[in-house]
Amino acid sequence: MSTPFLSVRDLTVDFHTEDGVVHAVNGLSFDVEKGTTLGIVGESGSGKSVTNLTVLGLHNPENTTISGEIRLDGDELIGASRSSMEKLRGNKVAMIFQDPLTSLSPYHTIGKQIGEVYRKHKGASRAEARDRAIEMLTRVGIPQPKTRVDDYPHQFSGGMRQRAMIAMALVCDPDLLIADEPTTALDVTVQAQILDLLKNLQDEMGTSIILITHDLGVVANTAHDVLVMYAGRAVERGTVKEVLHEPRHPYTWGLLGSMPRLSSAVDVPLLPVRGTPPSLLNVPPGCPFHPRCDYVKLAGPELCRSERPELSPHRGHGDACYLTLAQKREIHK
Amino acid sequence: MSETTGESGGEALLELSGLKKHFPLTGGLIFKRQVGQVHAVDGIDLTVHAGETLGLVGESGCGKSTTGRLAARLLEPTAGNIRYAGQEIGHASRRGLKPIRAEIQMIFQDPYSSLNPRHTVGSIVGGPMEINGINPAGGVKNRVQELLEIVGLNPEHYNRFPHEFSGGQRQRIGVARALSLNPKLIIADEPVSALDVSIQAQVVNLLQQLQRDMGIAFLFIAHDLAVVRHFSQRVAVMYLGKIVEIADRDSLYTRPRHPYTHALLSAVPEVTEDDEPRERIRLAGDVPSPINPPSGCRFRTRCWKAQDKCATEEPPLVRLEGNKEGHLTACHFPEQPSVHGRDVVLDPALRS
Repeated sequence: MSTPFLSVRDLTVDFHTEDGVVHAVNGLSFDVEKGTTLGIVGESGSGKSVTNLTVLGLHNPENTTISGEIRLDGDELIGASRSSMEKLRGNKVAMIFQDPLTSLSPYHTIGKQIGEVYRKHKGASRAEARDRAIEMLTRVGIPQPKTRVDDYPHQFSGGMRQRAMIAMALVCDPDLLIADEPTTALDVTVQAQILDLLKNLQDEMGTSIILITHDLGVVANTAHDVLVMYAGRAVERGTVKEVLHEPRHPYTWGLLGSMPRLSSAVDVPLLPVRGTPPSLLNVPPGCPFHPRCDYVKLAGPELCRSERPELSPHRGHGDACYLTLAQKREIHK
Repeated sequence: MSETTGESGGEALLELSGLKKHFPLTGGLIFKRQVGQVHAVDGIDLTVHAGETLGLVGESGCGKSTTGRLAARLLEPTAGNIRYAGQEIGHASRRGLKPIRAEIQMIFQDPYSSLNPRHTVGSIVGGPMEINGINPAGGVKNRVQELLEIVGLNPEHYNRFPHEFSGGQRQRIGVARALSLNPKLIIADEPVSALDVSIQAQVVNLLQQLQRDMGIAFLFIAHDLAVVRHFSQRVAVMYLGKIVEIADRDSLYTRPRHPYTHALLSAVPEVTEDDEPRERIRLAGDVPSPINPPSGCRFRTRCWKAQDKCATEEPPLVRLEGNKEGHLTACHFPEQPSVHGRDVVLDPALRS
């Protein structure tokens, strides 16, 4: 197998706060292959956004401790200099944020904001940057791009702003695009348009994408591989088909059981996960999910409470749980 | 009324007819004058029957929350009638509304801003009883603890403040408060959309349990079609201040007729197990502004079937041939009753 485009190994991120140390990410490893989409799923506080801010070097270095490895196309990013990270951001790696209104500057035109990235990294002139901005707006489906390029963000609707963000992220043909809840703030019909647009652009340009979301439906429709995160750790990993159709971790079962579907039986109660996610200041010892898990007795209470299960290190479908494969198959049925 | 609002068993508890709410837009520096109005709700008919759940879905800005606030009489309608248990309350005074306020309660979306941070859980949940001068047997404190237990909170936490609870627990406090006056109707405005997936399911199950145990009617407002389907017996779809389709759950989700309902359903990202492909409809652009809504059918600017007639003539909300009783659609050129139709892609960036 070829070396993956992005490879993260044993990533640990701790924030030092007044209340103590927040263990935001704890021994996380994953790969993103070229031209594929990895969906990272988890609830709020599971560490999915922090992981990706770290990849981009957007954390506050004063109160953050990071260890592990992040290799992008062979280059180590942890401990890389500021200037080399700056060369990377917007050029090789780009990011789309959740809220397109707060991530665009209200004082500058859309065209200027898109062109700025291009001018900085490619050394293009103002006129070239403007042409490139118009080209990108056309590509993401903004009507009348030649006039809209001079509009300010407030003149765009929510869906158009998110398209403009995508145009800005893709202006330098990045190899990796990190999309952090790109459609959570949008309506469902617009969400479908934006997700399809990302897929189309990926086919066209061969970009690798990390899609961070809390919605398993979005992952099912857009991603190739999935990583399920809980309390700063990866609990299950595999292809979309493996994780969503033959899930192995009790937390993944919980997520799937919590979600009503258009085709599920009605008048049957949902099967939620009991309790609430732990505070990252005080992650439970052993398996972080054990206080909410219904299968601790079956898997061995001693083990679950004291020793942390590892996500099986090889590639392919893996999960971090002490249940045996046979038990998992039996329960999931 | 029942002919235009969709049928269902049970007596009508809440009837909205010809309901309109327009918010004025003012301009000018010193002398404020009205320069336009937002047509938030523009003539809708709805009935909620005792003990049932009516789901109201639509995208942001379609007027679903305004409808909920009108139904609870937190807003006064611009035109039209609101009848609660046979009594007209559309323009009733504060005094006239007082006996009804207790029977219609609301659950809000944001569990952080809908609870007073300076009050204890006990006074939040017990407040409505004190205001209404209700003295339950065994005292207010007892009743509050009973309510906390019903919604799955520890009754010992009576003296705690909202910040000591997680989002899901706070939403439970909001539910307990709504239950404190034994309401007949609860208007739930996006009650789970601010919660994490696993917590969402807990709250949905709780609300369903309460409805079964206490026979409370719900007006369930949400943008998530799967959650609405799970919770509601009948569902109405709103678009720019109008109801475009209303039906029993089964008809709406498997035999929709309005193009907008088709588009909404096909846009829901789903984890599917069967291999039967659903139709794929991708609209272009966003919802137009309710300040200046399109003439005729409001969906025509994004509709792939729109013709001249759609711009001039507003389609009435009627029962189409072949539809079940109570399944009403407002469309001149309805779709086939199936969710496995052909694909429609209008978005210019996706068509290539």
